[in-house]
Amino acid sequence: MADLTTTAPRAVTNPRATLQDLLPKIVLAPSFALILIFVYGFIVFTGFLSFSGSKLLPDFSTWVGLNNYVRLFNHPNWITALKNLAIFSVLYIVVCSFIGLALAIFLDQKIRGEGFLRPIYLYPMALSFIVTGVAWKWFLDPGIGLEHVMQSWGWESFSFRWIKEGQMAIYTIVIAAVWQSSGFVMAMFLAGLRGVDNEIIKAAQIDGASTLTIYRRIIIPLMRPVFLSAFVVLAHLAIKSYDLVVAMTDGGPGTATWTPALFMQKFTFGRNEMGMGAASAIIMMMMIFAIIVPYLYSELGGKKK
Amino acid sequence: MSAASQDVATRNSIFVRAIIYVVLILFAIYYLLPLYVMVVNSLKPLDEIRQGNMLALPKQWTIAPWLSAWSTAQIGVQPVGLKPYFINSVLMVVPAVALSTILGALNGYVLTKWRFKGDNIVFGLMLLACFIPFQIVLIPSARILGLTGLAGTITGLVLIHAIYGLGFTTLFFRNYYEAFPTELVRAAQIDGASFFQIFRRILLPSSGPIIVVTVIWQFTNIWNDFLFGSSFSGFNSIPLTVALNNLVNSSTGVKEYNVHFAGAILAALPTLIVYIVSGRYFVRGLMAGAVKG
Repeated sequence: MADLTTTAPRAVTNPRATLQDLLPKIVLAPSFALILIFVYGFIVFTGFLSFSGSKLLPDFSTWVGLNNYVRLFNHPNWITALKNLAIFSVLYIVVCSFIGLALAIFLDQKIRGEGFLRPIYLYPMALSFIVTGVAWKWFLDPGIGLEHVMQSWGWESFSFRWIKEGQMAIYTIVIAAVWQSSGFVMAMFLAGLRGVDNEIIKAAQIDGASTLTIYRRIIIPLMRPVFLSAFVVLAHLAIKSYDLVVAMTDGGPGTATWTPALFMQKFTFGRNEMGMGAASAIIMMMMIFAIIVPYLYSELGGKKK
Repeated sequence: MSAASQDVATRNSIFVRAIIYVVLILFAIYYLLPLYVMVVNSLKPLDEIRQGNMLALPKQWTIAPWLSAWSTAQIGVQPVGLKPYFINSVLMVVPAVALSTILGALNGYVLTKWRFKGDNIVFGLMLLACFIPFQIVLIPSARILGLTGLAGTITGLVLIHAIYGLGFTTLFFRNYYEAFPTELVRAAQIDGASFFQIFRRILLPSSGPIIVVTVIWQFTNIWNDFLFGSSFSGFNSIPLTVALNNLVNSSTGVKEYNVHFAGAILAALPTLIVYIVSGRYFVRGLMAGAVKG
């Protein structure tokens, strides 16, 4: 009886059935349209800008070809930004992965208080980079921070003023960024370790392999997908790094800690070089896509099989 | 022979275990140190920070820096404290999170239960949108906000955050609904349930966990955002992170470190509370965002 009453209207109102068929697409369409315009349309817009002579405002009347890119790669500030990105991303990725893996392996040894320690390692991920920046900026400040503390404890000659030194300032940003993200990498590895099949480990133990060997030869090689995920996440965070630098040094001393994101911002909105700013944004996007696109392709493709 | 080597192994492992505990505890101290520094120094008078030791407990406890950070500290040209900016952030975060979550849920539903030709391309394009460097959309976004009269308004920021959050919210719901039995949806369809009825009656009731994950993810990201806030906010819509940065990095006047620390904690408090209350979901969001399983 209930079946009859519910199926009846559908049979009668055939035109409505086509509306029902279209409804899913109608629901999805606004989101997809917004993404098409605000992401892909805007990428094209910025792409055009990078070939234009725009200064303070978008200006599509003068075309300068690749001139903005040529000027970009001849500009000392952009070169500084690329060097900083190289230093920052290599150290950030390597140190985060190392700390993350080590902490995960240690935590995986049936540690008492794991439930207490794990949230402590991870909480920095909940903070804004601006908050992290403020904390580390003052903690590393020679006047009141670490140097001052050590000297007041009687180590008079202790000196740590990296944040004020052009050569070293970028490393203080690495310290703060590692502090923020390494717990997250730990969580990724821990999830990976917990997914390892116990049978394999037991078999190796019966064969007389030491714990060290088991980790080196069996478990860590099994973590390859986690390494890959961590690399992708950290690399794309490194290329985007902006807030932390603004909060800690604002690019200083001088231009010593400029990153590509900072360059884009300063040139577009500070120096009225919109064409060059757009070109720098395009380069940033190409760097990220070079990492992300193959990754997503393999992830999505692998799932279908 | 084998007993002897096992003996060595156990003795070794007691020593090794001690080292493991020491390392784990040292790292816990490393992660807690900046928070400790912020809290302790936000409760000291300024003189004590300048002359004393950043790691020492306050000799003279005071909540004056907190009151100052909240309601009287000089931010930009105004001595209004962080309070109005805190309110701006709340007004920006709530609608942006709600909008992006609702749309993400519907998108995930369509992309898994109403598949159509090319749905993978649609999803791929939305997914890729999660990872773009936002620098690439800053100039045209500023242009659009200007043309629509939304430049410098909270509404403008809400729209921007909602749109650029869509990729992630869609991803979360899609992956979650993928595992939901499609047979149930088909059965309901045969019984004559409509598109929205199926969503409301069948999928939504079991979507609790993923809604929590998505809301936390979006809340944390939007609350902590600095780039959009600093690029698109106007005099009356500056969010908290931008105001905090203005407070700390203003070049004029005495540097009131204790007020800066109190302000930083104020800015961190909402996301920290969310993390403490529902850390499990927070971590799930992080993982879902990183490992597209």
